[in-house]
Amino acid sequence: MEENKVQHVHTPGYGIYFYVWLALITLTALTATVAGVNFGKLSIVVALIIAAVKSYLVLTEFMHLKFEMRAFRIFVIVAILFFTILIVLLFSDYSFY
Amino acid sequence: MSSNSLAVDKSGNLPSYLIDEGKRKGILAWLLSTDHKRIGIMYMIALLSFFAVGVTLGFLIRLELLTPQGTIVNPQAYNEFFTLHGVIMIFIVVVPAIPSIFGNFFLPIMLGAKDVAFPRLNLLSWYLYVVGSIMILLSIVLPGGAADTGWTFYIPYSVRTGTNMIFTLTAVFILGFSSILTGVNFLTTIHRLRAPGMGWFKMPLFAWSLYATGWIQVLATPIVGITLLLVIIERVFGVGLFDPTLGGDPILFQHMFWMYSHPAVYIIIVPAMGVISEIIPVFSRRTIFGYKFIAFSSIGIAVFGSLVWAHHMFAVGMSNNAEFVFSLLTFLVAIPSAIKVFNWTATLYKGSIELEPPMLYALAFIFLFSIGGLTGIIQGALNVDIYLTDTYFIVGHIHYVVFGGTGIGIFAALHYWLPKMFGRMYNKKVAKVAFWIIFVGFNILYFPFLILGWLGMPRRSYHYLPRFQVYHVIATVGSWILVLGLIIMFFNLLKSIRSGKVVTEKNIWGGESLEWQTQTPPITENFVDIPVVNEAPYEYKQNEEEFLEKEEVL
Ligand SMILES: [Cu+2]
Repeated sequence: MEENKVQHVHTPGYGIYFYVWLALITLTALTATVAGVNFGKLSIVVALIIAAVKSYLVLTEFMHLKFEMRAFRIFVIVAILFFTILIVLLFSDYSFY
Repeated sequence: MSSNSLAVDKSGNLPSYLIDEGKRKGILAWLLSTDHKRIGIMYMIALLSFFAVGVTLGFLIRLELLTPQGTIVNPQAYNEFFTLHGVIMIFIVVVPAIPSIFGNFFLPIMLGAKDVAFPRLNLLSWYLYVVGSIMILLSIVLPGGAADTGWTFYIPYSVRTGTNMIFTLTAVFILGFSSILTGVNFLTTIHRLRAPGMGWFKMPLFAWSLYATGWIQVLATPIVGITLLLVIIERVFGVGLFDPTLGGDPILFQHMFWMYSHPAVYIIIVPAMGVISEIIPVFSRRTIFGYKFIAFSSIGIAVFGSLVWAHHMFAVGMSNNAEFVFSLLTFLVAIPSAIKVFNWTATLYKGSIELEPPMLYALAFIFLFSIGGLTGIIQGALNVDIYLTDTYFIVGHIHYVVFGGTGIGIFAALHYWLPKMFGRMYNKKVAKVAFWIIFVGFNILYFPFLILGWLGMPRRSYHYLPRFQVYHVIATVGSWILVLGLIIMFFNLLKSIRSGKVVTEKNIWGGESLEWQTQTPPITENFVDIPVVNEAPYEYKQNEEEFLEKEEVL
């Protein structure tokens, strides 16, 4: 089947890790700040968006997904999609109004 | 035996995996082996031993229910019995059974590979399995006693009971990891290790079923892991996740538990469907009908089966939206299962059917699984389910699906593949007698459950009204017949491994998948040369011969 010789030689350098770390810290601070503001029903949405950006950064940069082959990326996307659907279905049992 | 693994014996055969011990000798050649076949055998020994424990517990439960007021044990022991019976049969027996025994042994061979993708991870997964299973058994003898909550560990029982709850939950957590590792291993093996020429649609359907199962194992099992961990945290620290007096939500536990445990039904049943899809074409000597439909219906079951969990909770007072959505999705998931049943029967149609023992079990699977599936549909209807929730109807349904489906599927696989695994044939006559005893006993045992449930007999109840007794007596007698059949079947199989007629022919049943082109029993790395595949599976030579004969006649 597929050849197992696809070796990725890449050295992204430490700089990018530092910047991602900085971005994560900033976003965490942002979450904490925004928690004090009342967005009403939207507050959960805002918190989730910030969390999603953070996980994206961790997955692509820290966990090297950026450099992996397509199959791995599909695996991760399917897992996230599955998880999202579960959460949506679960929330169909909870009323927020 | 020769230490050189390529030494040839008198009949020109290479030493089989049973003889070739590799670097280590004796028992260590098993316990430290990374050979997928040896690991499969180790799983089989461990798993069938635990199956015996589970059957014993079930037998005792039936004995207890012979009279309405308590027969052999006290109520606390009864609660522990049905909990242990459920935990052992679900988490230790049927969830891992077919992937870890037959998947381990035959998946690499069917794909034309030398082993699974991660042989050491495979061994680790066996050790996790054994540790988890032994912990369950230990929970019985340790002070506090075995868990008494039922295998579903519902809140608030599981937070308040004084039994060895944390021990049991940890054990199931560990068993979950074993299952995840097996899933990862099979997914990778199927993606990376198929023989040259074996495209996705040239894979045997058993491999497809393991592929669908692998995805559920990897995606759904972590949810139950985290849920059980949360119950432990709730018990130890009382943080108020599930306990309403602390602001928690007990229904959330049920959601999270069934998010895994319904898909687990498909981890349980889909591999068995894979086994049946192998056996049916071989013993009807016909190419399987609708190969792609069967392959995709496995994936369809995996996808839809993951989205129907809340049908276990119609009576807890969910929102109307949720009840509607989950009832609808439950009806939808019946479609891929029905596709399989139709395709199997279409394969049988005009086939030259041979009623060998594996085929008998395969046909019994279709019959019993259909009853199980249809009783499931009945409960998928919202209004009927309110009436049937927590009655014996659900107990009958689960046994028709899990035992009539997967249990019978395991027996079918044993009769189909055991001669290949050990190079010895069992006594077919005894096997057929055992089959009929099991089949009759099964229905005498479980069909009264459906009637009892319809009449309103609650499940897990120690006492019951005298008017239910006649059905309980019938069921208990059925359990005796079933156990008798099981004893005969296992005795016959065990005897065949020790002293059965030696089989050396490669293709015992006339199958077309790659495991029938290896030596019997297979050699250590399965193939001397990795085979090249250029045929779709189930292309029957028999068909061709018949075809040629017909041409000659014409
Ligand atoms: Cu279910």
